[in-house]
Amino acid sequence: MTAYALADTRALTGRSLRHILRSPDTVVTTAITPIALMLLFVYVLGGAIDTGSGGSYVDYLLPGILLVTIASGVAYTSYRLFLDLKGGIVERFRSMPIARSSVLWAHVLTSVVANLASVAVVVAVALAMGFRTGASVGAWLAVVGILALFTLALTWLAVIAGLSAKSVDGASAFSYPLIFLPFVSSAFVPTDSMPGPMAWFAEHQPVTSIVDTLRALFAGQPVGGGIWVALGWLVGILVLGHVLAVATYRKRIG
Amino acid sequence: MSTETAIRARGIRKSYGDLEVLRGVDLDVASGSIVALLGSNGAGKTTLVRILSTLLTADEGTATVHGFDVGTAPADVRRSISLTGQFAAVDEMLTGRENLVLVARLRHLRTPGAIADDLLARFSLTDAGPRRAATYSGGMRRRLDIAMSLIGDPPVIFLDEPTTGLDPQARIEVWDAVKDLARGGTTVLLTTQYLDEAEQLADRIAILHRGTIVQHGTLAELKRLLPPTEVVHVEKQPTLEEVFLSLVGPVPHHEESS
Repeated sequence: MTAYALADTRALTGRSLRHILRSPDTVVTTAITPIALMLLFVYVLGGAIDTGSGGSYVDYLLPGILLVTIASGVAYTSYRLFLDLKGGIVERFRSMPIARSSVLWAHVLTSVVANLASVAVVVAVALAMGFRTGASVGAWLAVVGILALFTLALTWLAVIAGLSAKSVDGASAFSYPLIFLPFVSSAFVPTDSMPGPMAWFAEHQPVTSIVDTLRALFAGQPVGGGIWVALGWLVGILVLGHVLAVATYRKRIG
Repeated sequence: MSTETAIRARGIRKSYGDLEVLRGVDLDVASGSIVALLGSNGAGKTTLVRILSTLLTADEGTATVHGFDVGTAPADVRRSISLTGQFAAVDEMLTGRENLVLVARLRHLRTPGAIADDLLARFSLTDAGPRRAATYSGGMRRRLDIAMSLIGDPPVIFLDEPTTGLDPQARIEVWDAVKDLARGGTTVLLTTQYLDEAEQLADRIAILHRGTIVQHGTLAELKRLLPPTEVVHVEKQPTLEEVFLSLVGPVPHHEESS
């Protein structure tokens, strides 16, 4: 059975990618809220925010906005998985001689493709708003790699939510705290402007290290030790999410 | 062929918490036959089908499908069966043809496109093939669903309430599809709550009631269980229509229409 795991995953990923191609509004909808946030922060609030970095505020803001984009985009994975379970198509797949892991992996890989497409839309708008980067090709690859890793990690959490949800609303509600997390980080304002306990939380939660690393990559500056903290968080969440998602799948589906 | 057993269940028990759904089910289905599992809602039909198709594990008892044990050789069982669930499990975002190609690829067959076109023709869906399944009528979806089940020619097919929720015309379409299957030598276990469906399609009928098979036989055998036909004289009460007509007098065209 595992001999077919790749072929099965490819066939099922092709299926869910078709879903996205036929409802491109999901890619656009994912990008709209972050774009609105970006407009709000750059043109309304940004003038009063002193980042201390000297660069333009949109340069400061974009990494956090990209994480917000992905955090809201992964909710579609819960949604699609929930509908698959409800519609009985997962039962159909499971009664067939296919690799069991392929059903989940297809959704996860599709999520990476869809979210990177939404991220590309947001970056295009940011460029129009004056975002500039001196990042080398290598730095860009690192940015894409970190964003892909972030998507993978959050998508496995989305899989758990989709598998355990009782309703469509429940399937996507889990993403609200994830979307909120960047606000209590260095994504929008420097953490040293926050009161003590809040600053401590912001300094030590995963988003800050990821945002700081992305910001350094875009600015063409050395990333320092922060990248290891960021990668540690990402890989940790990814592994934990994957293990829990597979366990939930076994429990729910057998 | 008919002496071989395609499905054999012995002492299958399954509970959900305190609720005992199956209390020792024994069932034999001969190879190449259509057996209807008849029972009311909640009788445990779907639970039994899910156990036989490896989606659910029985608490007790054994079952073999196409010679493979569902507990110890689930992968071999899955290679030998296909399951069409209670709700047509087709992908609405894909076209009918893409649904068929997907299943053919997942069954690791060589020519998915040709297989899809052949099945579209067999189930009178060629014109609808390039359309999204979301646009199909109930009967077309169920036909597509059954066509998906036939890919790879599995020797045993489970049809769980194949006509529930369909209009009369669509039911007949599905019945014709099932009869074609049996002519091709496929073993079919179908569940239904409609007595006429069991009469129409099945070689043998198994009645599942309160978690056990209470009777299993051909329609003729089941009919013999009841006392022979009796002629009964019943005093006929006038209907309201007759009362009405006798009061208002005959309607002019009444004579010619009766």
